Amino acid sequence: MSTTNRPAIVAEGLVKKYGSTTALDGVDLTVPTGTVLGVLGPNGAGKTTAVRILGTLLTPDGGHAEVGGYDVVREAGRVREIIGLTGQYASVDEDMSGRRNLVMIGRLIGLSRQQARSRADELLERFELTGAGDRVAKTYSGGMRRRLDLAASLVGNPSILYLDEPTTGLDPHARNGVWDTVRNLVLDGTTVLLTTQYLEEADALADSIMVFDQGKVVASGRPAELKAQAGKQSLDVRPAEPGHLERVAAIVAESVGTRPTVDVVNALVSVPVSDGTSMPVVVRRLDEAGIAVTELSLRLPSLDEVFLALTGHVAEQESTAVLEGAGR
Amino acid sequence: MSTAALSPTGPAAQHAVRRNHPFAWVQQSLTLAWRNIVRIRQNPEALADVTFQPIIFLVLFLFVFGGAVSGGGGWRDYLPYLLPGVLVQSVVFSTLGTGVALNDDFAKGVFDRFRSLPIARVSPLIGAVLGDAIRYLTSIVILMVTGFALGFRFENGVGYGLLALLLVLAFALSLCWVWVWLGLKLKTAQGVQGVAFLVMFPLTFGSPIFVQASTLPGFLQTWSKINPISYLVDAMRGLMIGGDLQKPLLVTLAWMAGLIAVFAPLAIRAYRRRT
Repeated sequence: MSTTNRPAIVAEGLVKKYGSTTALDGVDLTVPTGTVLGVLGPNGAGKTTAVRILGTLLTPDGGHAEVGGYDVVREAGRVREIIGLTGQYASVDEDMSGRRNLVMIGRLIGLSRQQARSRADELLERFELTGAGDRVAKTYSGGMRRRLDLAASLVGNPSILYLDEPTTGLDPHARNGVWDTVRNLVLDGTTVLLTTQYLEEADALADSIMVFDQGKVVASGRPAELKAQAGKQSLDVRPAEPGHLERVAAIVAESVGTRPTVDVVNALVSVPVSDGTSMPVVVRRLDEAGIAVTELSLRLPSLDEVFLALTGHVAEQESTAVLEGAGR
Repeated sequence: MSTAALSPTGPAAQHAVRRNHPFAWVQQSLTLAWRNIVRIRQNPEALADVTFQPIIFLVLFLFVFGGAVSGGGGWRDYLPYLLPGVLVQSVVFSTLGTGVALNDDFAKGVFDRFRSLPIARVSPLIGAVLGDAIRYLTSIVILMVTGFALGFRFENGVGYGLLALLLVLAFALSLCWVWVWLGLKLKTAQGVQGVAFLVMFPLTFGSPIFVQASTLPGFLQTWSKINPISYLVDAMRGLMIGGDLQKPLLVTLAWMAGLIAVFAPLAIRAYRRRT
């Protein structure tokens, strides 16, 4: 990963308001050339708004941003020449074949018919879509569709790529495929700004992470630093009898030395831990107390827990519900 | 997935092509018009509103109302009067599809893809309008073929007849900017359709499309004198079967210029601002 002097993306004090809601409330960010920034946050945190501004689709109400040295408002045309955009928006045409979508984009950005065709073939092959290239895009599976979206954003060989929740809704296999692609692009020198709801994803791909909450940056740093703040892993204990929740919580607190969160609805006790060493202690104490458990596991902290650890409050109500559904 | 180096068409090469081409927007618009044609080939059933629908209208009015309207002359007497009217009605109605399709493109994020590309801002709109000209043309051809089969002739000469078809096509291309604008302004495709029908029915039925304006009740006669569609229909009849031509033609051309002058800039502005 090469890092040159000039950052690929610099934003200062970005503000965007929709009526009385403030989607972005003074966001600063810097992405060094050739690195990956992971923007982590729940729905409605302002991640997409930030990407849309940096992608010239939205004009900020305050602050300014430069991408590749060009101002995103005054030199939007120049910015569009060097960026690629993939997300919930910026979609391909579902009623056209994958190949035609790619050829169309090639033609639009000024490739000759011949160049556009060979570029499309090359991208289809690279994203393992050659066989499906002539099928209409709406027949694609979720993973194929995401790969086509990604291919579409790469037709112009962008040096800076925005990926807005590239794996949301994908199965683990398809998700790994997208991850591999991103890693390869970065090896080729592409700068990537990636938004995600999953700490695991940011951890797997990003050189540095920013956590957004309600339009503000609430934490930033290297993945290891954030995870250290949040607790590297989470120890979950689910008693067989919901009535034992309190006692389990007390045992866990005593064994780990941190007060656990008690989720009454799911009858689950969770606590952030730095490693698995406290697990045997918990098991022994539970056994001594004669408490049966249905679940005892170590896992990466969910975004909720990272949030709680970093911000001291849970992510916005509405989004927590979604995240809990997605995370477990 | 391989990490193979990307093609020789690197960014530098592409930029050279883009920047040295002041008329790049023409090629971009044509590419996007091509997209509409590809989509039609992919979903031919989407052409129903410009194929079966006009034929149904023509046949319905001709045989169901023909006898009553023509005052005993039968449908053969009504056909020369009706065909120019149904042409106008069908083509004018098919323009609202342009707005609905644009709205759909926005909802699905296709336009955000275009907006993130280094292309002229007007290209996607001009491309959409040009692509839809194919639909308008289909409607015109289908109706003329049906009309000729039923015995219609250009009584004023083929030259003027073709001019009439060109006029209705040009009018559609001017009017569709209203729907482009509304398609960008309104949130849902259903909303566009709702507004469109609210506007279209008084425009088409409050005009001499189906019956002589003199048979309409007073308030509709007044409306029909303001209605641009009335002038278009009169001009079409003047060109296709003969009759008063100059005034309706001039008023129609003035309306076309006015529609473009007002709604094309509004549409482009809405396109830039839409978030």
